[in-house]
Amino acid sequence: MDYTPRELMVVCAARQIRDGENVFVGMRLPLIAFALAKRTHAPNCIGIFETGTIRDTPAPELLYTMGDPANIAGALWATSTVNVMGLLAAGEVHLGFIGGAEIDLYGNLNTSMIGDWQNQPPKVRLPGSGGGADIASLAQRLAIIMPHDLQRLRTRVDFVTSPGYGYPDEHGPAGSAWRERVGLPRGGPVALITTLAVFSFDRANGEALLQSYHPGTTIEQVQAQTGWPLRLAPDCAETVPPSDEELQVIRAYDPKGIWTK
Amino acid sequence: MSKLVSMAEAVRHHVPDGASVALGLALEPLIPFAAGHEIIRQQRRGLTLIGPISDILFDQLVGAGCVSKIQAAWVGNVSEGLAHCYRRATEQGIPHPITVEEYSNYTIALALLAASLGAPYIPTRTLQGSDIVRQNPVFRQAQSPLDGTPLLLVPALQPDVTIIHVQRSDEDGNAHMWGSLGISEVAMLAAREVIIIAEEIVPHEVITSDPNRVLGPAFKVRAVVHEPWGAHPSAAQGYYGRDHQFFHEYHKRTRTLEGFHDWLNEWVLQVPSRTKYLAKLGEERKRHLSVKAHRYAAPVDYGY
Repeated sequence: MDYTPRELMVVCAARQIRDGENVFVGMRLPLIAFALAKRTHAPNCIGIFETGTIRDTPAPELLYTMGDPANIAGALWATSTVNVMGLLAAGEVHLGFIGGAEIDLYGNLNTSMIGDWQNQPPKVRLPGSGGGADIASLAQRLAIIMPHDLQRLRTRVDFVTSPGYGYPDEHGPAGSAWRERVGLPRGGPVALITTLAVFSFDRANGEALLQSYHPGTTIEQVQAQTGWPLRLAPDCAETVPPSDEELQVIRAYDPKGIWTK
Repeated sequence: MSKLVSMAEAVRHHVPDGASVALGLALEPLIPFAAGHEIIRQQRRGLTLIGPISDILFDQLVGAGCVSKIQAAWVGNVSEGLAHCYRRATEQGIPHPITVEEYSNYTIALALLAASLGAPYIPTRTLQGSDIVRQNPVFRQAQSPLDGTPLLLVPALQPDVTIIHVQRSDEDGNAHMWGSLGISEVAMLAAREVIIIAEEIVPHEVITSDPNRVLGPAFKVRAVVHEPWGAHPSAAQGYYGRDHQFFHEYHKRTRTLEGFHDWLNEWVLQVPSRTKYLAKLGEERKRHLSVKAHRYAAPVDYGY
């Protein structure tokens, strides 16, 4: 079956979810990834939403926002943001999903502003963190989903909204060591899923590694749209395409292609 | 004691120029749009808006010139993306420059929680290494007195007034709220004053029949407003769904400054009350948004 780039991204996102995990689900594509994982390889995963909602089933209809009434119908718990963010802070969330406007080699993500923000008004004012910076700070593992082009995958982002693996500095390297230095309790990005490729991360130095390139693209094409010299994961290969079953589940959940077209 | 007043009176008496106002606290649903539109019509100036994510009401208040400062985690249009008035204000100073203090959803919740507890601040490990803590001057870095590890201190934030849209309330402001709660509870407990906007005004006994459903104590509440459909185009669980198309149209029409002024005239300035707004919205659209299948909770027994 043919598929869209967004459908492939949903499939790659769903593959990050392991059965039995507590997943902090973001908006749009991760919502569908949660539904897909639930109905395929991870029937026992739990979805947590920053509105204060916890569910063990996908919402009965496609959501435009996580606060849509359908997301409360049949929920396990409808509570406060403080309570679900508290669970995240206490280490109870295995995997979180976020999106972004810009990312760099070390997985630091910008959703706040483009431009030299310390000295002048921003060139582009983006909406801000929402819960993204908290999920990036506090989840055990982080998966990032975003479009892939040269303006977005940069050597350094203008503003670090959601910390990834930081930067090398006089006290040591980027990576898990940086997170520990600044006082983050755990975590860091494990996957960057784009319209062209999937990256994993080397936690020892924080650098993104090309893990797979999507069918129809080449490593050269990925490099042309990436602002840093690619390092390949030892087992770098073509992305495994969606199965018919995966595509059927996605299209049953988003029949009009509102998020996946 | 009845605190029931009109929306115009509630805003006139409890949202003065320069006030800090927390609203949109349940995140996407139950956003007090009717209250926000009255604030715009009464031409409030110099407001500080406090919220977690905000779904176009902040953008409208910014575009209308009511706002001088924002303390929030996200300002945009949740189903559409960027907020055009917010961009014009922050990038070009139109209609005038505003100050933005960045938070995340967790840290804005902690700031209100601290105020609700009477605590000066709450220490946390979130946002360490994020530029949010450099951008927003209220945050402080410290070392834990217990083990020396780095901590972020989130100071208490007390809104002058918190505006909360609920499903039902009695005339005194004892209010039932259900569905997504977001940071409504901490924002109510933290505030100096609270305005409750309710889909329905119900007898006191309806509220006391289910005290676990109550958001907070009525002694914090200064005004209660009966405003059915007052959260449109956001959703009210059990009453109406989110009007996604309305958010889409707003996004398209407000791309230009002229487009925003047209929109504001059409939907706010030329519409003196919520009754007129609903007439303009039309029965067909209301029917389309109304609850299709009721899902009542099983009753609980408070017997003894």
